Amino acid sequence: MLDYVIGKYNFWIYVVLMMIGLYAMMGKKNLVKKLIGMNIFQSAIILFYISTGVKKGGATVPILMGHAQGHGHQAIDVAGYLNPLPHVLMLTAIVVSIATTGVALAILILIYRRYNTLEEDEILKIRKDTGV
Amino acid sequence: MAEQFPALIIVVPLIAAFFIPLIGWWKKQLCYPWVVAVLVVTFISSLGIINTVMTTGKFSYRLGGWAPPWGIEYALDYLSAFMLVIVSFISLMVAVYSKKSVEKELPEKTVPFYTLFLLLITGLLGIVITGDVFNLFVFLEISSLSCYALIAIGEEGAPIAAFNYVIMGTIGACFYLLGVGYLYVATGSLNMADLAVILPNMYHSKIILVAFAFFTVGIMIKGAIFPLHIWMPDAYSTAPSAVSALIAPLMTKVAAYVMIRIMFTIFQPRFSVETVPVMTILGWLSFIAIFAGGIKALAQTDLKKMLVYILVAEVGYIVMGVSVANKIGLTGAILHILNDAFMMACLFLIVGAISYRIGTRDIHKLHNLNKIMPFTMGAFTITALSMVGIPPACGFFSKWYLILGTIEAGQWAFAAALLCSSLINAVLFFRVIECAYFKPMEPAYANDGGETHMAQRDEAPLTMLVPIVIMAAGIILLGIFSGNIISSIIQFAVPASF
Repeated sequence: MLDYVIGKYNFWIYVVLMMIGLYAMMGKKNLVKKLIGMNIFQSAIILFYISTGVKKGGATVPILMGHAQGHGHQAIDVAGYLNPLPHVLMLTAIVVSIATTGVALAILILIYRRYNTLEEDEILKIRKDTGV
Repeated sequence: MAEQFPALIIVVPLIAAFFIPLIGWWKKQLCYPWVVAVLVVTFISSLGIINTVMTTGKFSYRLGGWAPPWGIEYALDYLSAFMLVIVSFISLMVAVYSKKSVEKELPEKTVPFYTLFLLLITGLLGIVITGDVFNLFVFLEISSLSCYALIAIGEEGAPIAAFNYVIMGTIGACFYLLGVGYLYVATGSLNMADLAVILPNMYHSKIILVAFAFFTVGIMIKGAIFPLHIWMPDAYSTAPSAVSALIAPLMTKVAAYVMIRIMFTIFQPRFSVETVPVMTILGWLSFIAIFAGGIKALAQTDLKKMLVYILVAEVGYIVMGVSVANKIGLTGAILHILNDAFMMACLFLIVGAISYRIGTRDIHKLHNLNKIMPFTMGAFTITALSMVGIPPACGFFSKWYLILGTIEAGQWAFAAALLCSSLINAVLFFRVIECAYFKPMEPAYANDGGETHMAQRDEAPLTMLVPIVIMAAGIILLGIFSGNIISSIIQFAVPASF
């Protein structure tokens, strides 16, 4: 069991981080904490993608040509480089996550201007009292 | 030119959106004609695409000339071409309508409004047209992010609703992204057609099951499918009226499209129906949704809130049509995507026009509205009849196919639910019509100090009225020509495996 956990520790970390994020989004009353939870959640997924591209045993980042044996000089040894595609996908996902954080922070500023607080229960109370 | 339509339909609104701040900086009044012109180009492109699909069959567009499994592909078949026409037509109508309502509701935010408006439409068109699962995620987030911002500039309570939507929507998008990741780990491909070929060999794999679960839950959140619709009523009812007229018909329908794509194109029906009991679960959830949406709608006095809860039930219809998983049921579901997009757009446009003129959306304060806004109320009545399901309005035909589909699947309870919901809709809409047409004006509600009790005719401005009348006429025409639509488009749009 322990080997199972340690051997795949990157995936366990991703799952734990994701659960922390999910808990913060559901359980926290403060809206900024919810937003931070959302960021942790997104980062966990980014970590998951990055770790799927990893290969053990001396694989490197640049895709080098002509190292495979028994092929023409154009052939590329697949085991010799890390899979770049998940990393590239995550560049896009990071952009999306930053944009989401930006929009959410702008909305939080709107909320703070209107209610003067960022605690969810206080906002609900204010809205109940004013009858909106 | 014609073969570039698939690229143009995305690129034109996307690039045009970034020109709006420049145009608005120079002359603010030019934003509106610019947006309408861009959407006319989009609409023409979508007609060109569906024409090509109907004459030569499905085709694909390679972005940058890269061959499909590696490059991003735009896959155009009957279903996506059909959705493109719906999205571009309704967004054109809403754009025409938006002029007066934006001037009144968001006088200082015209420029950002139109920028986000075009970005939202770009995202929706992109979701429909793309044949790549990761590209779909990017477009999903383009549309959602602009949607969050558009909702947040709405009335009192909108920022809170928008923030809840940000949290829920991000969870949905992240689940979708995880599904994509799991599929990529298992298959090494992101192309939908390629995935459809690789996946059948690994249906027993747990990774595929988990990916499927993530996809389903993610799309359920994004599409406000019961019971994950909780963010939707507040967000859609507090958004500015032009925004809710755009997102209420389109966001949910596009999510339903993604659901059909994932369940029947990427995965084979034999996986979605037999390996996991997801169809049974979805069917019973939509069964509850139809009643819960209807009953919650009965409890509302705000017309827009009422419509939003009806939307929950309407999404339930589509999901029910998908969940029975036979050809007739899916025909009904796809036809209902079209019809409901028209009906919901028309209703939300009407509500916007009413609150523009009367200043209230309270059902009990709509007395004599037939005299004040005769054309608007005429359109409302047509749409209401269509929602109830009275021929020749289009709502009847899609409901007919949905009921036939549930009967063929042997799900009598679902058929009963569809019939009951017609009754609920009848109560809901006749309540409004009764108030507007038959109740005498009470002095307490006369908002001009009780001096003139005779209602003055005060119709909505022309830019608002024309889209409403076109949509209402469209509802009748769609009903009359629904046979042609089914025989020429929808029967080919139903996934081939049925």
